[in-house]
Amino acid sequence: MDYRKVISDYAEVPGGVLEAFHAVQAELGYLPKEVIAEAAKVFKISTADAYGVATFYSMFSVDIRGKNVIRICESAPCHVAGAAEVVAALERELGIKMGESTPDGLFALEFTECVGQCQATPVITINGKPYLDVKPAQIPSIIAEYR
Amino acid sequence: MAEELRIVLRNYGKIDPLKIDDYIAQGGYKALEKARTMDPQAVIDEVKKSNLRGRGGAGFNCGQKWSFAYQAQADEKYVVCNADEGEPGTYKDRLIMENDPHTLLEGMAICAYAIGAKKGYIYCRGEYPYVVETLKTAISQAKEKGVLGDFDIEVRMGAGAYVCGEETALIESLEGKRGEPRFKPPYPPSEGLWNKPTIVNNVETLANIPVIIDKGAEWFAAIGVSSYPGTKVVTLTGDVNNRTFFEVPTNTTIREVIYKLGGGIPAGKKFKAVQIGGTSGAFIPESQLDTPIAFDNMSAIGATLGSGAVFVLDETREIVDTVTRIMEFFEHESCGKCAPCREGTARCAELMQKMNAGLGSQKDLNLLEKLGRVMSYSCLCGLGQAAPTPALSTIKHFRADYEAKFI
Repeated sequence: MDYRKVISDYAEVPGGVLEAFHAVQAELGYLPKEVIAEAAKVFKISTADAYGVATFYSMFSVDIRGKNVIRICESAPCHVAGAAEVVAALERELGIKMGESTPDGLFALEFTECVGQCQATPVITINGKPYLDVKPAQIPSIIAEYR
Repeated sequence: MAEELRIVLRNYGKIDPLKIDDYIAQGGYKALEKARTMDPQAVIDEVKKSNLRGRGGAGFNCGQKWSFAYQAQADEKYVVCNADEGEPGTYKDRLIMENDPHTLLEGMAICAYAIGAKKGYIYCRGEYPYVVETLKTAISQAKEKGVLGDFDIEVRMGAGAYVCGEETALIESLEGKRGEPRFKPPYPPSEGLWNKPTIVNNVETLANIPVIIDKGAEWFAAIGVSSYPGTKVVTLTGDVNNRTFFEVPTNTTIREVIYKLGGGIPAGKKFKAVQIGGTSGAFIPESQLDTPIAFDNMSAIGATLGSGAVFVLDETREIVDTVTRIMEFFEHESCGKCAPCREGTARCAELMQKMNAGLGSQKDLNLLEKLGRVMSYSCLCGLGQAAPTPALSTIKHFRADYEAKFI
């Protein structure tokens, strides 16, 4: 992917750095150093400020991570609905801990706060797509969709 | 009482949200047409008279807010819709945007006409990428039909920051910066986005506007509690039979929401507590359940209406464990700009973890109470000011639960 082209598409958008980061991350899965440096140039801010933006928001990652980002909600409604058991099932299925990525680069496991699907807790999202009322037993088949 | 009344969700299930003609067939965009035949000042007066108050949590009189931006002299003004619905247990704004996106666009366009804005932004949280698509479709349809006139709306997506629900943090984020709240004053209606007069309204607030213009201020003001008229969308989570949403007049009581609409507590268990307004709300005991879900009535019992989230806990739940999780949430979501919040949320979480692990004492409880009080008046924005509320309210109403865990 030519990240320079992607970023330059947003050059004329006021305050468009977040939009540019979203667009790059949709392709690369994270925001490499050179993307941050390029964004700083295009949006005429310091590299430090561009890095500040990239690290402020929990959905942006400046570290390389698994291609499919699995996020599990740990807010109170999911917490009381048994999110901890779902976390354990995910860690078991993928053989990694929360915050890690699988060695094959396929999956990243992250905590998130509320994703606004609280009618059916606990909730996980994979690449932004919500899975509702998740039971630990369903985890292997959900993961299989992305293998 | 305890009947649903759908105003902001009036088209829920009745229309295809991706078809503007469906919305128009239900009388959509008629209110905007009507508003444009009125003097802008008259539109603002109508909204003021309806006594519509912000549905995002702060409860400020909507028409009054608009009048500040109307009076401000500037070459450019903005209407911003706060769709950064991050309050855990809340999904009302998603329901409105997913099922009736045009009502939001119409509400924004009426506001724009009233204050003299040509440009609007919807700041939608990054957790709702599918909602962003629906909104973009709706905007392009509205442009094609020409219903918005010369008012332009753009959707921007957040990237996972609870604090961006605070209006000045949201503005910072729209400007492409870290979402850290600004010092106030100046308030956004005088100096907001790119330092221009800006109205930031919640999705649910804006969804009320077309109906108020259509049916009139008096009609609206007569619904529910007069100091906070209209309806509130509540979303029920936790230990309640009907884990779903309802839109009810504001004179509906918490008890009616949980027992009549919510169907009570599952498995014949007893009620323990309910947290209203999202994760920064107070935990409310059984004795206060007859309080109406209106702004001032909730304040009177030391609670908040907030976003309208209703999180129910049954008798088997551990209050201290739940509040510990909540304090960890605030530690994570504090933006770090002001010391009372950055340090305070971390220490609150630390004290809660200690007590939850059975290692705490009366001394820790006293310290937490004192810290919470200081945070409530010294933090820069609502996040830090409200963060200690779950701890303080449970210490007040469920002290025995804490004492049972003392070392």
